[in-house]
Amino acid sequence: MDTTIFLFLLQDGVINGAVYALVAIALVLVFAVTRVIFVPQGEFVAFAALTVAALENGVAPSTPWLLLALGILAAISDIVWHFRDLTWKRIVRIALLDLALPVALLLLTQALAPMKLGQLANILLAIALITPMGPMIYRIAFEPLAHSSVLVLLMAAFGVHFSLIGLGLVFFGPEGSGTTPLSSASFSLGDLVVTGQSVAVLVVTAVLLVLFALFFGRTLLGKALRACSSNRIGARLVGIPTSVAGQFSFAIAALLGAVSGILVGPLMTVFYDSGFLIGLKAFVAAIIGGLVSYPLTVIAALGVGFAEALFSFWASNFKEVLVFTLIIPVLAWRSIYAPYHEESE
Amino acid sequence: MTAPLLDVRDLCVAYGRAEVVHNVSIKVTQGALVTVIGANGAGKTTLLNALMGLLNARGSITFRDKPVAAVSLEARVQQGLCLVPERRELFADMPVEDNLLLGGIRRSRAERNQTLEQVFAQFPRLKERRQQLAGTLSGGERQMLAMGRALMAHPRLLMLDEPSLGLAPRIVRDIFQILTELRASGVSILLVEQNARAALQVADYAYVMELGAITTEGSPSEIAQDSRLVESYLGLGGNDY
Repeated sequence: MDTTIFLFLLQDGVINGAVYALVAIALVLVFAVTRVIFVPQGEFVAFAALTVAALENGVAPSTPWLLLALGILAAISDIVWHFRDLTWKRIVRIALLDLALPVALLLLTQALAPMKLGQLANILLAIALITPMGPMIYRIAFEPLAHSSVLVLLMAAFGVHFSLIGLGLVFFGPEGSGTTPLSSASFSLGDLVVTGQSVAVLVVTAVLLVLFALFFGRTLLGKALRACSSNRIGARLVGIPTSVAGQFSFAIAALLGAVSGILVGPLMTVFYDSGFLIGLKAFVAAIIGGLVSYPLTVIAALGVGFAEALFSFWASNFKEVLVFTLIIPVLAWRSIYAPYHEESE
Repeated sequence: MTAPLLDVRDLCVAYGRAEVVHNVSIKVTQGALVTVIGANGAGKTTLLNALMGLLNARGSITFRDKPVAAVSLEARVQQGLCLVPERRELFADMPVEDNLLLGGIRRSRAERNQTLEQVFAQFPRLKERRQQLAGTLSGGERQMLAMGRALMAHPRLLMLDEPSLGLAPRIVRDIFQILTELRASGVSILLVEQNARAALQVADYAYVMELGAITTEGSPSEIAQDSRLVESYLGLGGNDY
């Protein structure tokens, strides 16, 4: 391997790593706040990319229908679980967020799609369509189980993953598609050709990570979410509503997933089920970060991306296997050195 | 006579099939410091956790003239019921100041900042350590932080679970001094203690809990004269705390 190839692989690895980082910090956030290992995080990535692809072709994507379906399920779930203390406030909230919002987005998408308004409009629409799915999924599948063990929540997460894959096939079909790059510019840096897309991925990821850090470090809402992960009982005792915290973390996760999807869309052909593999690689990074440390997770995600690039150069048939093998030494090391904590609830 | 602030009647709490609190009835009047004393394992913590909504319970709990037995924990906090748990349950990886601010999360920003200053005035030690991580505080400071965090929510009734547990006698004295100050400032307090001697010295009314049931109640001086209770809980000839 010469320097040019190495630099090329490095660039490739860093770009993939940046996307894994966004997905991985979403996994860490969701786990910290709700103890859910959110297997279906990758689905947001795939659905966002497919949404943008459809919009680019001037076709109305099926995403709003999926959103409406989830909204109806969330509304039913809410009404069933809170049947005895159903207040007008709750009914209005259900009507607005679960039904009116998806319908409004559906009409908006139908109206805007044929107009081909351009990349920025497509991206914003995709983010608006994907983000509300997070809290809806939380309310359908995880809120009723909020006090269950991590294992039960993990099983529920797998259930949601398989359901979403099925729904993805129904709503988006089996064809894969890619999206146009965020920037078609390119420039050379010595031997290395740097594409505008790579720069865009890095800039967007960096900006999001900084915003993420500011949100959790400076705002009371961010601190409240951290409090939920720091001490669940303490958070309940000061009156932080765990349901709202859970929904909020899922909304952030869906938002990060949507942005990741927009960033990977131009890098690969995305199918309805492509998200799982992305999520799994991000999960490797999240595990290396111990499911607690955001900075370590980001570094690990960049490492996973770079390792994947190297493995695809040396042994492309085995690249996935080799990437997932990375987790074994980490788990072995953690099982030796990290103390075992009995689950406290 | 006005209705009590907290009126608990025939409260039963069970873990699975094992009932550990049996038909407990207690009252806390506005502005009073009421204590529930009893040996380790008598069900005192279970009682408080049930009152707070951390555990399900059977029986009636009336707080500020409203039944709250079926109300969620968050709603109880909003109505002014606050618990300082035995294990403190602080946000260990966050600074003292953030722990306090989160205690007032349901209040407006102005109110929160104002209360923060009041809490700092009450606990000057916390002000000195405002940037220190809660997990690095000493036991007494943690207890103060847990109390300060609860006060940030402007509780109508502050429930404390064994605030003296594991603390040096001098610190215990400070904590109980603060409790009497709080009572003087109008906060009603329900204090659960194993340290019966200390609790009886500050309380207005006392309940004795044994094996999950209230066996005796009365003014602290009556309880302190009950020879059986003195032997069981107060020890003979002991000094004050």
